[in-house]
Amino acid sequence: MEKTAKTLSDLFPGESGIIKEFTDLEMSVKLMEMGCLPGEPIYVERIAPLGDPIAVTISGYQLSLRKQEASTIILV
Amino acid sequence: MKKQLKVALVGNPNTGKSTLFNLLTGLNQKIGNFPGVTVDKKTGSTKLATDQEAQLIDLPGAYSLYPKSKDEAMLLEVLADTKNESHPDVVVFIADATNLKRNLLLFSQVADLKLPTIIALNMMDLAKRGGVHIQIDKLAQKLGVRVVPISARNAEGIEELKQAVADASSLATQTDTIDFSEFLNPIALQELETELGVKESYEAVLLAHQYSETSFLSAKQKEYIAAWVTAQSFKSQDLQAKETIARYNAINEVLFDTVKTDIKPLGESYSNRIDRVLTHKIWGLSIFMLILFTIFQSIFSWSAYPMSLIEDAFVWLGNTAHQLLPAGQLTNLLVDGVLAGLSGVLVFIPQIAILFAFIAILEETGYMARVTFMMDRIMRKVGLNGKSVVPIIGGLACAVPSIMSARNIENWKDRIITILVTPLVSCSARLPIYTLLISLVVPDYRILGILNMQGLALMTMYLISLVSAVLVAWVLKFIIKARERGYFIMELPVYRMPRWKNVGYTMYEKVKAFVLEAGKVIVAISIILWVLASYGPGNRFEAIDKQFANPSYTQQFSPQQVANLKASARLENSYAGVLGKSIEPVIKPLGFDWKIGIALITSFAAREVFVGTMATLYSAQGDGSRTASVRDRMAEARNPDTGELVFTLPVAFSLMIFYAYAMQCMSTLAVVYRETKSWKWPIIQLVYMTAMAYVASFLVYQFLS
Repeated sequence: MEKTAKTLSDLFPGESGIIKEFTDLEMSVKLMEMGCLPGEPIYVERIAPLGDPIAVTISGYQLSLRKQEASTIILV
Repeated sequence: MKKQLKVALVGNPNTGKSTLFNLLTGLNQKIGNFPGVTVDKKTGSTKLATDQEAQLIDLPGAYSLYPKSKDEAMLLEVLADTKNESHPDVVVFIADATNLKRNLLLFSQVADLKLPTIIALNMMDLAKRGGVHIQIDKLAQKLGVRVVPISARNAEGIEELKQAVADASSLATQTDTIDFSEFLNPIALQELETELGVKESYEAVLLAHQYSETSFLSAKQKEYIAAWVTAQSFKSQDLQAKETIARYNAINEVLFDTVKTDIKPLGESYSNRIDRVLTHKIWGLSIFMLILFTIFQSIFSWSAYPMSLIEDAFVWLGNTAHQLLPAGQLTNLLVDGVLAGLSGVLVFIPQIAILFAFIAILEETGYMARVTFMMDRIMRKVGLNGKSVVPIIGGLACAVPSIMSARNIENWKDRIITILVTPLVSCSARLPIYTLLISLVVPDYRILGILNMQGLALMTMYLISLVSAVLVAWVLKFIIKARERGYFIMELPVYRMPRWKNVGYTMYEKVKAFVLEAGKVIVAISIILWVLASYGPGNRFEAIDKQFANPSYTQQFSPQQVANLKASARLENSYAGVLGKSIEPVIKPLGFDWKIGIALITSFAAREVFVGTMATLYSAQGDGSRTASVRDRMAEARNPDTGELVFTLPVAFSLMIFYAYAMQCMSTLAVVYRETKSWKWPIIQLVYMTAMAYVASFLVYQFLS
């Protein structure tokens, strides 16, 4: 069985990764519009008090997204 | 005077677009709706030079021309449709200098529509402080448009921007961005352009993506595009992804030698430090609860004084009118119908102003985005949105401003559900009814020395209302179909001090919109209710007048008592009274008699009218605000047929539950109509809430008795 790829939702606050690709085409369009492009470094700032969503820093600003949305971003 | 230039402000959210708009227009602005949709349309005028005025339109903020919400969709409607009344001669694109790359994505799309465009590079002060160095001239040269550095907060660069707009050529000068022939067959694209009669190939591409939601295309054009899309095996999502990547590549090419960013100094930004506290697991939620509590308390207590001032002013006006104008039905209509309706509209102004002052501050500072961030998880479970928290808590004071504030929710389904359940939350108008009925049937004693039974009963009513709102939202989540896929992907803007001018404009605009739009409906309904309560079938009223002129009354009672008895008899014989009697069979299973029926009808205007009607029906002394005397009369009231007390515990609780659920508020219906642009939703709301009220009251009454 293939080892599942590491996604943004696997990161803990304070960890970072580099975006490789997306698993959901429709979501990827929205994410890319917001600056989440393949090759961009992404840093997890914090998790919401109730455990979801998360806040990340991408291309110089902060973005929040749900964990389920983060799980569509595959990291290098 | 030259022809008025039409200028559109376009840009991402949180770039200071509204600040710039307010700066340019001042109070010369109008807020309305785009035709057929509830998207705020802000227009205004500004003087560019001594002899030239421009008409400004603030288009909704968006991240791209592929919209995620109705607001964002307006951008394409206005920019692509040359026949749209808001279609601009010049586009002023506002870009955040601290976040240029993402901002330029939308710019690059707008630029391809080939309208004359100018970039206002905002937040230059913050960019400098953040170590971002931008070579303005080189950037302008590469993009082929004028770039004017400004700081809207400090009102810097505004004259230069105005001059640039005044000098703008009528031709688009921007350089081409990306080559569509890489993704699409150029010959086929040319055919589509010719068929649609559009000048730019990017416009044709956008229409091929979004033709089904675009309002300005004819049915025939839509048919043609649909066929074209199939023939070209046009994969919308796939092409959007490719386009976005190509645009970012081009942007990187532009920024590579025009923008230099210093390596960031170590240490956290102030915004992050604030977030450590404000979105902290424990502190974050506690502070948020504290803020909500403050807002709720303020709407409640700060508005009490101005509201009573407005009411007193109308009472004075009514009395004066009665004295000055000749007695007669026309005067009565003017005073008790029109003036009462106007008072019912204007009395909401303090609450609307206070709630929107808070909301504007929360939005301006960037805290609202954190509210959504913190509350999303719970609210999503019941079909709501993190942003629904504010309307629902605001509903504890008044549903009217709260429903207006639901406009902040971008997702259509979340917004409709929020609007539908907000009136279930126990508002301040229910309070007089609850206190009156509770004091009637719940004994005033304490258990365990601290818990007051009456207080407990009141708290239960509030809890029931909140739980019901959440449950109904959860049910609606499965009934209402989503129009768009729900995303959460949202920018968390850096914290900033609020701009007080912007807060003031928001308050002013919201109050104005309510008075002008919902006000019309409220005045109309209040006139209808006046007619129902002041006319009766046949000559019954004359008979009553004769009866009370009889010496057996005038000698036995004081003039005040006679007037009260007469008012009570007139109400009983009015159309409202007849209606009350005719609905008695329907409301009997709930424990209500025809007198309560009359109160249900008259209090449709507003719930608090219930107390006033009860006062008239039981002809208590004075007005309804002196609940003690109403209470005594009601406590003694007995059914004339059976001799039993009318207000027993089951009846009082059944009545309270009825008021908890029933949509007894025409102002709310009027504002829902205004916010949804159709009578469908207010009618659905009226029907579901009345049905719920009926069933719940029935169960309560049958169970308790």
